[in-house]
Amino acid sequence: MDKVMRLASERGVVLFSKSSCCLCYAVKILFQELGVTPTIHEIDQDPEGREMERALMRLGCNTPVPAVFIEGKLVGSTNEVMSLHLGGGLIPLVKPYQTLC
Amino acid sequence: MLFFSSSLYISMYCLLPDFKLSNAYNFNLTCTKAASIISSRSMDFPSTLFVPSRTMGTYEPIHQIGLWGENFKSIGSPNISPSVIFDVANKLENESETTSHELLAPSSKYDQEASKPFDKIQRRLAQNREAARKSRLRKKAYVQQLENSRLKLIQLEQELERARQQCLYAGGAIEVGHLGISGALNSGITAFEMEYERWMEEQNKQICDLRSALNAQISDIELHILVESGMSHYLELFRMKSSVAKADVFYVMSGTWKTSAERFFSWIGGFRPSELLKVLVPQIDPLTDHQILEVCNLKQSCQQAEDALSQGMEKLRETVSATLASGQMGQGTYLPQVAMAMEKLEALVNFVNQADHLRKETLQQMSYILTTRQAARGLLALGEYIQRLQALSTVWANRPHGPAKLTVENVR
Repeated sequence: MDKVMRLASERGVVLFSKSSCCLCYAVKILFQELGVTPTIHEIDQDPEGREMERALMRLGCNTPVPAVFIEGKLVGSTNEVMSLHLGGGLIPLVKPYQTLC
Repeated sequence: MLFFSSSLYISMYCLLPDFKLSNAYNFNLTCTKAASIISSRSMDFPSTLFVPSRTMGTYEPIHQIGLWGENFKSIGSPNISPSVIFDVANKLENESETTSHELLAPSSKYDQEASKPFDKIQRRLAQNREAARKSRLRKKAYVQQLENSRLKLIQLEQELERARQQCLYAGGAIEVGHLGISGALNSGITAFEMEYERWMEEQNKQICDLRSALNAQISDIELHILVESGMSHYLELFRMKSSVAKADVFYVMSGTWKTSAERFFSWIGGFRPSELLKVLVPQIDPLTDHQILEVCNLKQSCQQAEDALSQGMEKLRETVSATLASGQMGQGTYLPQVAMAMEKLEALVNFVNQADHLRKETLQQMSYILTTRQAARGLLALGEYIQRLQALSTVWANRPHGPAKLTVENVR
């Protein structure tokens, strides 16, 4: 839990993912399209992965991954990220971190 | 040619000792029929002898009739006393179950004069009866054969179903997809298809209501109610899809319940939201500058989300393929690979749900951006666009071979 909270409250856009998860891959692609490079933590490759998974669930995610945090605040999973983006609310949040070529 | 009126015969028949009124109607019919039959035959003998048919329900002893011969012309005369008994020809007999008729026993009075032509007609009658009997037996045999085939077919269907169930659960040749599914999945799909049919009927009704409402210039409040029903109707569809996706995600992916042209545009189990926006926005004109900007942003975010999901899907395909192809091939053993691929494939349900979520969100966002009237026009345009796709499917399916011609007969 501590590890998750610590990692999540890092600056910028944080994404908890699993290397095998294709939906997580889709979220990565979306950020890429927006010119954002999130900090990605592949919890299936982390020794404390199981613990982190449980922690994420306790934080209110239906599925542990993908889980997006911006400025230490939980945005949510794919559903929430999509809704936010269509509603026009995602870009303002990630604007400071956009590196547009 | 023989002329006789059936009413005359009834009156004559009344002269029979055991006359039954109930038979008169049948008798009348048989008279008329017999008349046409007999008159079409070659008349090489003047006399005609008639036997009552069993269909008439008469079992009285046969009464001999007098010779018609020269008496023919006096047929209209009420003075003709002998009763007339009809021989119902073989054409009429086929419908009855009778096997034999009482043969005419020539009365002694007519022996010499009537015996020769009488024999001839007797032979003919016997032949006809025999032919009729054979025909009935053939029919019986045919029907029996049909019944047996039908039973066999039912048995085969049951065997096939059992074999499929065994395959599915024993893990032999595992068939995924709605062609080889178990009873539980089947009922989920059947339920969905029934629900969808009703949904489509309601949809078409709503489109009509929207059309007439917009033409009639009803108030915004009333229009708002129609828009709300339209929106919730689509939400209902997404709920139905989510339910059947749990039962069989491949069914949703294939879009089987849709028409062929709709399937052509299918993207992860439905329409691409950005494509629909392109179709609908020109129909909702005029838009304010602010609205144009918002719609533009929505279209762009939609496209980005779609791209992300598409690439995720591509990754999923690669993963499933790689898993399935792992290990040595050529030994005919593949259960471990199939089991692993199953795990990966479960993510497909999430993708279908995400795609539907995107459609829902797009619809929702448009309803925020547009006025009630614009939203009504949008929903109407969407409904009509789908109807056009469905019409295209029908016309395409019925097109003549050769250059496609749009005729009145083609378009329903």
